[in-house]
Amino acid sequence: MPPLLEVEDLRVHFETEDGLVKAVDGISYTVDRGETLGIVGESGSGKSVSSLSVMGLTRARNAHISGSVRFEGRDLLGASEEDLRQVRGNDIAMIFQDPLSSLHPFYKVGKQIVEAIQAHRDVSKAQAYDRAVEMLGLVGIPEPRRRADSYPHEFSGGMRQRAMIAMALANDPKLLIADEPTTALDVTVQAQILDLIETLQSEFDTAVVVITHDLGVVAEMADEIAVMYAGRIVEHGKSDTVFNAPEHPYTWGLLSSIPRMDAPRGDALVPISGRPPSLINLPGGCSFHPRCPYVRDAHRRVDPMLETVEGAPDHRVACLLDSGTRRRLWSELQQGVAPDVARKDVIEEPLS
Amino acid sequence: MAAYIVRRLVWVIFLLFVVTLITFVVFTVLPAVDPALLRAGRQPTPQLIESIREALGLDEPAPIQFINYLGQILPFVGGDGVNFGYSYQSNTEVLPQILDRMPTTLFLTGGAVVLWLAIGIPIGMVSAVRTGSLLDRVLMGGALVAISAPVYFLGLVALYLFDDSIGRFPLLPGSGAYQQATSIFGKAEALIMPWCVLAAAFAAIYARFLRGNLIDTMQEDYIRTARAKGLSERRVTFRHGVRAAITPIVTLLGLDIGLLLGGAILTETVFNIQGIGRYAYDAIVRFDLPVVQGTVLFGAFFIVIMSLIVDILYAFVDPRVRY
Repeated sequence: MPPLLEVEDLRVHFETEDGLVKAVDGISYTVDRGETLGIVGESGSGKSVSSLSVMGLTRARNAHISGSVRFEGRDLLGASEEDLRQVRGNDIAMIFQDPLSSLHPFYKVGKQIVEAIQAHRDVSKAQAYDRAVEMLGLVGIPEPRRRADSYPHEFSGGMRQRAMIAMALANDPKLLIADEPTTALDVTVQAQILDLIETLQSEFDTAVVVITHDLGVVAEMADEIAVMYAGRIVEHGKSDTVFNAPEHPYTWGLLSSIPRMDAPRGDALVPISGRPPSLINLPGGCSFHPRCPYVRDAHRRVDPMLETVEGAPDHRVACLLDSGTRRRLWSELQQGVAPDVARKDVIEEPLS
Repeated sequence: MAAYIVRRLVWVIFLLFVVTLITFVVFTVLPAVDPALLRAGRQPTPQLIESIREALGLDEPAPIQFINYLGQILPFVGGDGVNFGYSYQSNTEVLPQILDRMPTTLFLTGGAVVLWLAIGIPIGMVSAVRTGSLLDRVLMGGALVAISAPVYFLGLVALYLFDDSIGRFPLLPGSGAYQQATSIFGKAEALIMPWCVLAAAFAAIYARFLRGNLIDTMQEDYIRTARAKGLSERRVTFRHGVRAAITPIVTLLGLDIGLLLGGAILTETVFNIQGIGRYAYDAIVRFDLPVVQGTVLFGAFFIVIMSLIVDILYAFVDPRVRY
């Protein structure tokens, strides 16, 4: 049986007046049934565009899309608009960052869910409405029948995201793409929403792709993590591996910039220096090199491939440092050796 | 809601008072012909002029004249009842004259509104859906021409081309036909050209407005959600996009209707239609202060009332709006 979702060498380039924007530049991943993949990266790393492309929602006239996206073995990139329409909201559903702007302001919540159901199921309005009320109850909205008759602006932020989840899962999709599902919400509500997604995921056996810039979000729910930088995946592995034995300096940066419960008290959070690169003029060689504390001359010329880490078949990383050096640097980092010191040390070392 | 409406109505009364005051001041302060001279006919004697001045109350100081005028437009205040004064020109009561012309202006405005909505809205939608296409460019180019052509130019061109007595292609009844027509159909036929001329610029404005609005709306997050639900592009555009993009048209439409009910001055003048606009035009030309004041007050009344109606209607078309 083919994997549920298989993305291979996906590229999404946009032609703009300023030049070609390589939003997604050759990424591959698979998602199996019931599994959760976390895609992590800064804004502009291409994580949202790649998942919108899976749904066929980036078909702008100026977009060039290549590679392949297969859902249960069916090609989605070449699919007709009508075939894609039948997949959207039925096999693959999506929830977005800002639930207020993602719900139509002029239609009642119940009606919007009914519309999603009737787009794919040949049921009467009353049946669809009952299903909508059932879903609203399932996502934890009190008095669902009464709330179905409310407008989105009458809901709180967390309730709106619950309503979005109810709408997304109403047709029992096999894959849910959650694009920054908690970013626009209060911190107290964020954990509730993540718990809800996890609970429903196990109940419906739905696979989830969760896209976020927040490693805390994926730590809680992802089985696998893909770290994206400048339109590419730079590190990909099991969640535990990426958290405990990361191999890419960018991942190290991400991990050092979030607070950890298991870190010793007094450890400062270290932001990643510099800014994400322009996707029009990517730096030559490794695109992370201008921000990498361990950069060497050769890294400015050679473009690293995503390669399997020695001794860890499920763990892949795109870094030109050799594996031994990376492991040493990571353990030094954990002992508190600052990257600046490490950097001098590495540069003096001959390139292996 | 009720409290809101009451508050707004108080504002309406205040605004109309200010409009009346400003019109009065403008005409009293401006150096102009003595209205008594206009009334007196040819080669009047000074005694005649003096007696007319007295009869019209023009010998009184300006504030007293203003209060006297207020007595003529407010019930229970003045002596003669509500008649908006007498025309200097024809010595007829102004209010009945305006009410007589009301149906004509209403007919002209109503027909034009239907026409420009029927033309402007589909063009706006088609242009937005096909942004950047040849069709879009042709339609928007046409709209630009229609907006740029003033009614007095477009009206004369239309008469030159289609008037059934002087036109190159004598197809339609032209200037003055409305007055001569006796049946409702005859009147409607006489209004075909004025309707088209009046509607042209409005249709263009509405088409451009809706196009811009719809293009912006189609970038909204809820449109992406609608697509992600698996709705057809047609349903996404019309049920979700147009529903949101067309709502502000209510505001535009209300104000435009209010404006035109006060008299479509240019159209009524070019086509010689005896509506409120033509009445106002004649009064301005002849310095007929009571008529000017009456028509200005009527125009202002329709605008403020329509904007109140628009605000109330908005609460029904946009569920987020509450008073």
